[in-house]
Amino acid sequence: MARHLSLKGARIQGGPPELERGGDILITDGLIAAAAPCGGGAPECPEGAEVVDCTGLLAFPGFIDMHVHLRTPGQEHKEDLDSGLAAAAAGGFTSVLAMPNTSPPVDTAAQVGDLLARSLRVRGGARLLQSACLTRDRGGESLCEYFELKEAGASAVTDDGGWVADGAVMRRAIDYAAVCGLLPLTHPEDPTLSRGGLMHEGRISTRLGLRGIPPQAEESAIYRDCALSLLTGNPLHVCHVSTAEGADLIRRFKALGARVSCETAPHYLFLTHERVLGFDSHAKMNPPLRTERDREAMRAALLDGTVDAIATDHAPHSSLEKEVEFTDAAFGITGLETAVPLALRLVRETGMPLRLLASLMSLNPSRLLGLPEPLKPGSPADLTLVDPDLEWTYRAGEGFSKSRNTPFEGWEFTGRAVMTVVGGEIRYRLARG
Amino acid sequence: MKGPMQGWPKDLIDLDQLTEQQITQVLDTALAFREVSEREIKKVPVLRGKLVVLFFHENSTRTRLSFETAAKRLSADTLALSSSGSSMSKGETLLDTARNILAMRPDALVIRHGAAGAPVFLGERLPIPVLNAGDGPHAHPTQGLLDLMTLRDAKGSVRGLKVAIVGDIAHSRVARSDMVGLVRMGAEVRVAGPPSMLCPGLEEEYGVTVHTRVEPALEGADAVVMLRIQLERQRGSLFPGAREYARVYGLDERRAALMAPGSVILHPGPVNQGVEMTPEIYGAPNSLILDQVTNGVAVRMALLCLMVDPPEPGASAPSR
Ligand SMILES: [Zn+2]
Repeated sequence: MARHLSLKGARIQGGPPELERGGDILITDGLIAAAAPCGGGAPECPEGAEVVDCTGLLAFPGFIDMHVHLRTPGQEHKEDLDSGLAAAAAGGFTSVLAMPNTSPPVDTAAQVGDLLARSLRVRGGARLLQSACLTRDRGGESLCEYFELKEAGASAVTDDGGWVADGAVMRRAIDYAAVCGLLPLTHPEDPTLSRGGLMHEGRISTRLGLRGIPPQAEESAIYRDCALSLLTGNPLHVCHVSTAEGADLIRRFKALGARVSCETAPHYLFLTHERVLGFDSHAKMNPPLRTERDREAMRAALLDGTVDAIATDHAPHSSLEKEVEFTDAAFGITGLETAVPLALRLVRETGMPLRLLASLMSLNPSRLLGLPEPLKPGSPADLTLVDPDLEWTYRAGEGFSKSRNTPFEGWEFTGRAVMTVVGGEIRYRLARG
Repeated sequence: MKGPMQGWPKDLIDLDQLTEQQITQVLDTALAFREVSEREIKKVPVLRGKLVVLFFHENSTRTRLSFETAAKRLSADTLALSSSGSSMSKGETLLDTARNILAMRPDALVIRHGAAGAPVFLGERLPIPVLNAGDGPHAHPTQGLLDLMTLRDAKGSVRGLKVAIVGDIAHSRVARSDMVGLVRMGAEVRVAGPPSMLCPGLEEEYGVTVHTRVEPALEGADAVVMLRIQLERQRGSLFPGAREYARVYGLDERRAALMAPGSVILHPGPVNQGVEMTPEIYGAPNSLILDQVTNGVAVRMALLCLMVDPPEPGASAPSR
């Protein structure tokens, strides 16, 4: 017997404009059956359907986080598939792309297959999309077997956490990945310029006596990789862009016709290097928090379409790695449970259209990773329902991630994801007090 | 009086936490304590029964002895912990250390650490005053205070003095605390060093002028602080070598002649003679390097006295 779920009355974003003022979505056996405006032409609600009143909510095609570290295998004390995928769903994500810089790194088809199979046994939570290494053992020398990785279900290849310093290797990787239908991702950072650095190089690093990371470490790497994308004519995705000139390089390469895309993370849109004053290790990440000028430039790049995706770079660490001297603390912060409220805050602060938000957090990542077109009849029913008016205070201790390394503790938000539907199943629903 | 004085920070991490008035109070108090050091019985009962823990995670005999002397002259008990000592095993985290220190029920902690920010970390986790005795390249507030005291002594006032700081500014906690303290007390500060030893934003962040050659910084200066060069940094391509550094940035008589009449010379020590300055400059009458050492004990006595909860009159045991 068919299983039906009917979501009624939400303002549906990211689909046909006539749904934006309110519509009904009918889901049958995990797939979108129909979506239609309220009143006119709404789909028949079959007998026995579970009906959810979504009046007052926004429905988005399921949010996809293109950049998370789930620490599996090898560092499960920081995060594992259960906690990471649960945190993702609670944060409003229906899918997350896990980075392969685990221990050991994910560089074989067998590892990809195993992780994906394990993720299917996780009860609740978001879908796992798995990326694999771009080079064997992230060594930067020889390419992994992309055809086999693709067959095993990998979605992307990357040596994230480090840059592929050898330009010829990167060039071949971009070409080879294109043939296999895998998206190559680059972590742009010239290590000869960033080595030993602990934060953005500028007046705050000067004040604190901390070794700086100049923005040029990121920008020179972005330049080379975009140039290789242009040279090969093949797609390349640039991870966690954080600087004004970095974004501008991508803007210019796009104008030249390069098939480059990029993401930025919420923290680069809200925080600056000033946040490091006081030596808070929750303000330590790579790339580092930059200047106010960079922050504004990243917002502008988001609004003008230079940036294709908001991705969290969710990097959980336990107190063992974070409650130490700033100089010894691990790089990275969590992000899965703060990204959507921060994005909604951005909408309020900048007037960003909700359609653009849907693109940045769902439609573009979906297209870049070659996933089925969301909201289309026959596609898997992955949906994020957002209450844009809900006022709440973020407490990491109340979240689902194993780790609490966030700079947003105690932030007051208006709006959050209240229901996450994955394959027609309600995987997360906010308990109302 | 109980507890930290009104308006004083619990911890002293750097001089930017103190107002001009508070710095003046430290220097005045230090002057009174310096006199104690000249008596036959060099001891006052200000901190009797108090325990001051000296935690030196980085080797620095001079600063440790200076703090230890200061604490003892105030009649405090001291306990020195060093990372190589038996109490500090390798792999013990700073958080563990903090907990262990607290278990000794100390009344103040003096910390020297190789990592910038380590005293901030401990200050946030300990209820007692934490005094920074130097943290990586970040800050060295007692050095800043003793330099202010030495200059005030020699020149009557710090306000309006032209002071040059020469050397590896980027990696020097002394330079940072001196810049903060001198500018706060109204001096005009110029810093100079090879470009690889400077760092961005010095002008806007500290209100100093920056020079890549030493001569314009010395021109008409009332004082110069020559920073110690870490000779091992040559390997990190920070500078080509000690010989060339001495020739281009070192203080010799010819360069000293560029300074104003009556100018004075400071150095945090220990001096690499023949590198930062010639032996003649080191031994010159206007070199105040040994006064700095004497004043170091005095400002540390003053700080301990002002920041550590003094005993109540007549109390037989400290209550806590
Ligand atoms: Zn990365």
